[in-house]
Amino acid sequence: MPIVAVENLKKNYNVADKQPGLTGTLRHFFNRKYRTVEAVKGISFEIEPGEVVGFLGPNGAGKTTALKVLTGLVHQTDGKVEVVGHTPFKRHANFLREITLVMGQKQQLIWDLPAMDSLRINAAVYDVPDNEYESRVDELREMLGMEKEKLTQPVRKLSLGERMKAELMAALLHHPKVLFLDEPTLGLDVNAQAAVRQFLREYNEKHKAAILLTSHYMADITALCKRVMLIHEGELMFDGKLDHLVEQSAPYRELKVEFADPVTEETLNGYGEIEEVEGQIARLIVRRDEMTAMINRILDEQDVLDLTVSDPPIEQIIGQLFKEGVAV
Amino acid sequence: MSTARRARALLSVYYAYMLEYRAEILLWALSNILPLIMMGIWMEVGKDGSMELTPVDFARYFLAIFIVRQFTVVWVIWEFEFHVVEGKLSPYLLQPMDPVWRFMAGHVAERVTRLPFSILFVILFFVLYPDAIWTPGVIDAFWAIVFVVLTFLMRFLMQYTSGMLAFWFERASSVEHLMWLPYLFLSGLVAPLDVYPPLVREIVLYTPFPYLLWYPVKLLTHGIDATGVGLFQALGVMGAWGLAYFALNRWLWRLGLKHYSAMGA
Repeated sequence: MPIVAVENLKKNYNVADKQPGLTGTLRHFFNRKYRTVEAVKGISFEIEPGEVVGFLGPNGAGKTTALKVLTGLVHQTDGKVEVVGHTPFKRHANFLREITLVMGQKQQLIWDLPAMDSLRINAAVYDVPDNEYESRVDELREMLGMEKEKLTQPVRKLSLGERMKAELMAALLHHPKVLFLDEPTLGLDVNAQAAVRQFLREYNEKHKAAILLTSHYMADITALCKRVMLIHEGELMFDGKLDHLVEQSAPYRELKVEFADPVTEETLNGYGEIEEVEGQIARLIVRRDEMTAMINRILDEQDVLDLTVSDPPIEQIIGQLFKEGVAV
Repeated sequence: MSTARRARALLSVYYAYMLEYRAEILLWALSNILPLIMMGIWMEVGKDGSMELTPVDFARYFLAIFIVRQFTVVWVIWEFEFHVVEGKLSPYLLQPMDPVWRFMAGHVAERVTRLPFSILFVILFFVLYPDAIWTPGVIDAFWAIVFVVLTFLMRFLMQYTSGMLAFWFERASSVEHLMWLPYLFLSGLVAPLDVYPPLVREIVLYTPFPYLLWYPVKLLTHGIDATGVGLFQALGVMGAWGLAYFALNRWLWRLGLKHYSAMGA
């Protein structure tokens, strides 16, 4: 049974439309005009317990709006949404105990106090028993590699990475079953990003929690998500396995060949599109369905020392898809 | 158990939060000096003996106004507006507890933080002006304390209800600026209700404003009998307004949440 079920979800916003300049300002004051923005245009999907799903899309695609609807912050215009068996917008206490939302740019921690104080409030709010509270804090802290003393210094004195770790602790203290994560690694350095990813993987394995994750860092997606959903201009363009997306949407692969002797572009004519030639090493772009035949041909005709085949970077594939705006 | 634990956690954490701002709270406490300015003016007026109240009565009245205001000052409309406009309400809405309890805890904790400053100020005042020292009766003091608590709750509810407009307008706090005028003149802040024409006073007593300052102050300085308003009448008027505001508050809350687009969240 899915833990998140979304059917034909639509969300429209009314946005005030104001022209620049004094005339525009006066018109806006006396006769305010609004236009309707269709942020989400009838998307449907399901997420099973324990599943980790990447939710991808360019800025303004409707990802955050969808997350707001799924967490009950925003009422949908149309469609049916069920999370942990509840209608999110009703904000039933039992629903709120089972979910969490972490936004990379927003924080729930009290800025001028140590994170421990915010954790104490959350423990009381979520009825985490006193005897479990400390063990949960220690468990999360260890999983995140957070030093104990960091939790007793004011949040404003923490680094961005430490703050995000403390945010995650506050958001997960009640052991939610569904995690909605909106850019959780935004602005973090490489080490902090890796630590957050590792933590999320461990949390998912340990608590069998479902995770719906948006991120602009493809490393987050490739490291955590087997399944991805692509949203563009409010519409779902793809929902399936990440590997499948790559196969379907990138008909070319890269072939890197190390020859026994230096080669020239003339030597490589007919071996696919030449991307780069440098001494003995050449990078070629070859159609996926012609790859096996091409490798055999090169091995037959040339003296080859080494050969590797790779997919183009996932950023490139997805960027191209959004640019083209076509459903996969 | 759960409610008590939440209250304990919220109050202790928000008390710690307020202590971070102790210097600012001292300044906020001292910035409420309007009653002291009014005291100076009315004491001068009272000197010619044309008023029912003597200069000492005025001194006690406005000192009591100062004290009551220390315990009933409310800023929830600005806080709520900020949380809505900045999208900071979102994390609170995701928790199984009404966000109002966080705002309430902040206000209560601030009162506790402010208390030592208020006590010191009153002591200093009596040292400088010993003629104004008085001791209220036990029953009057009891009811004055009850009404100070009710006044705080009522002011909080009124302002929080106006704050709900932040779901629709970016500057809901402008409503508070509008409400400040009747509060200023009808609550007894600039002049005791005793000096108003009887008909005006009679009408005003059916609004919530006199009970937001004048009534608890009068209880404290002159006792129940001097108010001319029975406890049941006062409780009845406050209760009726309280219920009306509460109903309006919950209605606006439900509508507002539908309208909330979690701006900036």
